[in-house]
Amino acid sequence: MTAQTLLTTTPAQVQVRPRRRFGRRGGEDRPSWRTTTVLLVCAVAVFLPLYATLTMAFKTTAQTVDGQVFSLPAPFSVDGFVEAWKLTNFPRGFAISVFVTAVTVVGTVLLASFAAYAIARNWDRSFFRWSFFYLLAAMFLPFPVLALSQVKLTGMVGLANPVGVALLHVMFQLSFSVLLFTAFIRGLPEELEESARLDGATTWMVFRHIVFPMMAPMSATVAIFAFLASWNDFMMPSLITADSTLQTLPVLQSVFQTQFSSNYNVAFASYLMAMAPAIIVYLFTQRWVMAGVTQGAIK
Amino acid sequence: MVTAAATRPGSRDVAAPTPLRMRRAKVPRTFYLFLLPTLVLFTLAITLPAVMGITLSFTDSVGFGEFQFTGLTNYIALFSDPAIRSSYLFTIGFALVTVLVVNLVAFLLAVGLTAKIRAKIALRAVFVLPMVISGIVIAYVFNFLFSNSLPQLGQAVGISALEQSLLANPDLAWITIVIVTAWQAIPSALLIYIAGILSIPGEVYEAASMDGATAARRLVSITLPLVAGYVVINLVIGFKNFLNAYDIIVGLTNGGPGTATRSVAMTIFSGFTGGDYAYQMANATIFFLIAVVLAVIQLRLNRGRSAF
Repeated sequence: MTAQTLLTTTPAQVQVRPRRRFGRRGGEDRPSWRTTTVLLVCAVAVFLPLYATLTMAFKTTAQTVDGQVFSLPAPFSVDGFVEAWKLTNFPRGFAISVFVTAVTVVGTVLLASFAAYAIARNWDRSFFRWSFFYLLAAMFLPFPVLALSQVKLTGMVGLANPVGVALLHVMFQLSFSVLLFTAFIRGLPEELEESARLDGATTWMVFRHIVFPMMAPMSATVAIFAFLASWNDFMMPSLITADSTLQTLPVLQSVFQTQFSSNYNVAFASYLMAMAPAIIVYLFTQRWVMAGVTQGAIK
Repeated sequence: MVTAAATRPGSRDVAAPTPLRMRRAKVPRTFYLFLLPTLVLFTLAITLPAVMGITLSFTDSVGFGEFQFTGLTNYIALFSDPAIRSSYLFTIGFALVTVLVVNLVAFLLAVGLTAKIRAKIALRAVFVLPMVISGIVIAYVFNFLFSNSLPQLGQAVGISALEQSLLANPDLAWITIVIVTAWQAIPSALLIYIAGILSIPGEVYEAASMDGATAARRLVSITLPLVAGYVVINLVIGFKNFLNAYDIIVGLTNGGPGTATRSVAMTIFSGFTGGDYAYQMANATIFFLIAVVLAVIQLRLNRGRSAF
């Protein structure tokens, strides 16, 4: 029965409102509580580890000893946060994560939009067309394949640090981002650009004042993906950055796997501080995150 | 031909005021300035390491100092190395199971989330949330749950199989990796399925209902065939991503117990320390060829539905 309700109501999504009145069974038009309930139960699986993180983070070390993750902290304690803050040198790790992520986001949006604009508007030139496919090829080149040489090369040119990590993050975001931007620019009417050019605008002015502002929605999508990929990455910084005091937040969390492994409240407080910025950004940008996934896969 | 266009004298930033499509207009120099920095950086950061890696895979390099070309020695050794074979078997098996789990759950959730339900927007936002959380960090959280909470639950309920940590069981540890990877990967597959289901015109279902098709029939005969393209995309993208499994494994089992859950990425990275640098380069090259095959499949699938 649940399945039936669930399926028969699917098409209502794409129907125009007045249509509903002509539904064959009146019951189908009301929101299904049954499906909602099933989904709510499934949502528990999403929240379970996050809930455990929250409760553990606010306990004292003594409270965490019994390993009961789901009991509420009594009393609430911020000792874990204070300790984690000092132990991982949170301000420094946070600053480095912010630096790497900011460079990645700005670099990706700028380089990819520049390149995509040049490519989209000169598609009939083989140089630009082939550049597009060249850049696209890396979308299928996973980091593990390149890691050994990249670590060696970044070490040789003095980039075994957050700057090198940010640069590589940009490079690995390029394919996907250029693809999205190029598709978007091709959908923009050229007339506006042409008339601006006739009025004497240079290519740069046309890009800066007409094309780039029009691309804002796509820039938002590209920026969010660059943000998530960079902020959450573990593999690249852990391999590229040689100096462990210059590590990003996700890499710093490994400290709790070796020493201090009994201070679970400290570890979970630290995990929470590492996750929180991405969750907060997500809360404000859900719409673009969701749209971006779909565009990226189907374009 | 292109170079000629670039160096043509008088190539100016301002395009000629003649209608652009009448003749092959000069490409403003700015366009080259827009593209070249990216091409140069990309070549240095991606292409050069790739070429270097493939070249070194034919040598006996240990990562520094002199080396000699040894032909296919590394490749021949790879194929008879049980450690390599087990890492490929583990990774491919893991990727297959995970991609099936992820797509089954994501598809069912997408059907639910496109139905008429309460709090639709909020529920979608909840199910997408895992996508934004760092893989390594959530793996550490799950690590604790699997090694403490789940055994406690097993004891309380009396399921002896769960009383010991799954992470310590060489035969079952991979299941934890599937669970955490799926937890994180379901959102993107889910969003693609939602887009797919929403693209089906409501009239199709209406007509089927009129003809008396049951709900199950409509799922099998309408929804599934019409989102088949999305299923294929999700399967290929997912499989490709799961082959690179690393972060979550590091956070859960770190390849253990023993080497039971060592992925290909982890064996490649062992080239940093193990002294078999060139050998792991050869491993990476094989891994790269697999990625290329998957890329070709993905491009072919995408061609049908894209502007390019």
